[in-house]
Amino acid sequence: MSIRLTCKEASRLISEGMDRRLSFMERIALHLHVGVCDACTRFSRHLGFLRRALQKMPGPDDPEAR
Amino acid sequence: MLAALQGAGRFAGQSSVRTWLVGILKHKIVDSIRKSAREPISELSGEAGAENLDAYFETDGHFIDPPEAWEDPERALDERRFFEALERCLASLPKATASAFTLRELMGLDTEEICKELGISASNCWVMLYRARMSLRACLERTWFGGRAAGSK
Repeated sequence: MSIRLTCKEASRLISEGMDRRLSFMERIALHLHVGVCDACTRFSRHLGFLRRALQKMPGPDDPEAR
Repeated sequence: MLAALQGAGRFAGQSSVRTWLVGILKHKIVDSIRKSAREPISELSGEAGAENLDAYFETDGHFIDPPEAWEDPERALDERRFFEALERCLASLPKATASAFTLRELMGLDTEEICKELGISASNCWVMLYRARMSLRACLERTWFGGRAAGSK
């Protein structure tokens, strides 16, 4: 992995970072990329939001959902 | 849920009734997912379905449609219609992908467990979750957040 990530590589690491611990090099590279990339900054925020939304999703047994 | 109620009599110590119920629910879900996941795993043929992901990027690795700024997304969490939109997006995912994603985000299983349940490798699992998030993010942007800034739907 190069230290210079493309958005494609960065977005994948952003997602994988939600499922596994990234290596030291991966974290550095991701930090460097996201720091200068608006698209990936948003992408990262959106994935965080998506996770919160799933946690708040009303279940079928949720009285409020009826 | 019926299985849970029938077994309730056997359960002693109510402090963890919830944990216990969630455990049962998890197993039920995993069971049905395991059954349904058998055929759709072929979705993974080719490099774990990575070819679908190419549709989001230019050949140089840039986003074709860069993620937009979402206006006050937290407010959407108070709207029931938002969750309906989210469910529609979830329903549009390939079955195995939706299963993996649901196990991860709704049930909070770690990827190791998910891979084991679905019988796929860890890296396939990460790709599936990545693909699910890419697709859901784009779907929400298209069906919910898109155009909201320009005027509400």
